[in-house]
Amino acid sequence: MSQQPTHEGGLLYRETPSQTAGPYVHIGLALDVAGLPLRDEEIWSRMAAPEAEGELIELVGTVIDGNGDPVRDAFIEAWQADANGDFQPDFDLQKPFNSFGRSATTADGDSEWSFTTVKPGRVPAANGKPMAPHVCLAVFARGINIQLNTRLYFDDEAEANAACPVLNAVESPARRETLIARREEADGKVRYRLDIRLQGEGETVFFDF
Amino acid sequence: MQDSDNKRFVPRDRNWHPPAYAPGYKTTVARSPRQSLVSLQHPSRSELTGPSFKALRLGLHDNDLLMNYREGQGQDGLPVGERIVMFGRVVDQFGKPVPHTLVEMWQANAGGRYRHKKDGYLAPLDPNFGGVGRCLTDDQGWYHFRTVRPGPYPWPNDPNSWRPAHIHVSVMGPAIATRLITQMYFEGDPLIPRCPIVQTLADPEAVDTLTGRLDMARSRPMDYLAYRFDIVTRGELQTYFENQG
Repeated sequence: MSQQPTHEGGLLYRETPSQTAGPYVHIGLALDVAGLPLRDEEIWSRMAAPEAEGELIELVGTVIDGNGDPVRDAFIEAWQADANGDFQPDFDLQKPFNSFGRSATTADGDSEWSFTTVKPGRVPAANGKPMAPHVCLAVFARGINIQLNTRLYFDDEAEANAACPVLNAVESPARRETLIARREEADGKVRYRLDIRLQGEGETVFFDF
Repeated sequence: MQDSDNKRFVPRDRNWHPPAYAPGYKTTVARSPRQSLVSLQHPSRSELTGPSFKALRLGLHDNDLLMNYREGQGQDGLPVGERIVMFGRVVDQFGKPVPHTLVEMWQANAGGRYRHKKDGYLAPLDPNFGGVGRCLTDDQGWYHFRTVRPGPYPWPNDPNSWRPAHIHVSVMGPAIATRLITQMYFEGDPLIPRCPIVQTLADPEAVDTLTGRLDMARSRPMDYLAYRFDIVTRGELQTYFENQG
């Protein structure tokens, strides 16, 4: 372990540095995508069962690189509040809703990630004021040296979005739009679509916290 | 008011971690944002809380890669390669143990081949090796895995790039803000300083912290060698005084 001095004159260990999750991240964290047999319990993309409280929705999207090509080996983690705005941190597959989920883009076809979840309620910001409903997403992949943290917001929450202190921390109104998923209805299902652009035109906002 | 509302973490030192754009590792070029990260001056529960996996049902051999994937029987059902134990402690930046946190790992087999649909390297799959493990740290932050030492392998970056032997490691820590994925390398591997992915780290001391150390005291005679790899997650601070307004 390595130490760094602090302002108070003490010593602090340095955080273990990140390294890319690489192209074979699925072996460790998304076994079905790697083609490995599943264990008793896996952390997966179904965060909500039909009996979960709230509106059952799907979140879907691609990850696009700076050349405009889909990233086919991205791994995504989601973290969100339940329909009442409370996090459910105790991961338990017996429960109808979990705040945490994992997905990966597919190697062929549309190359989309997706989550089945419920629309989250509002969570207070640090100052106690409510943030707009959102899902935190972390993107890992080959060529990404440390995960990129972003958020997914909902286009049918215009009023809440306009007042959200985190969205408003993004100086450029045009860039805020990169975080807003578009509602679609297909086959009787409600879906919100958000394409994550890693670089260039329409580049997604990524956060540091 | 929740506990998480008073929590904060030592800021992440982005110069210590590898940068997003590191052209020596070619895939970063088109996958690195050009815009700055937007800093959240006051993170919320969305960043300061995170999942706990105490209720996740782990299999008997989830942390034993010698046993958790076997097509053969008895000794014929064991993977080929140097038997090792990889172990260490997860602590935060103040040295405080991080108990009951999920540590996951994955790796190539002894020949440098991954059990993954997309890996087509010449080296063969091992019928008795899957390459994935997971466990929770104990009360004092300790974790351990039994496995084989992975082999190095070539990859398309420079005309002749090789990855040093490494094990991918994922640790959750107490919050989304502490989430970390990294790789452990093996002490003495001559490929470490030649690797473009290792070289994304600017500080040689950072590489040093990712190097697992041979620990003869923890090895077991006539059985396995032990490598120690401690993991440091961001330090948790408490805010004692509430600001007005």
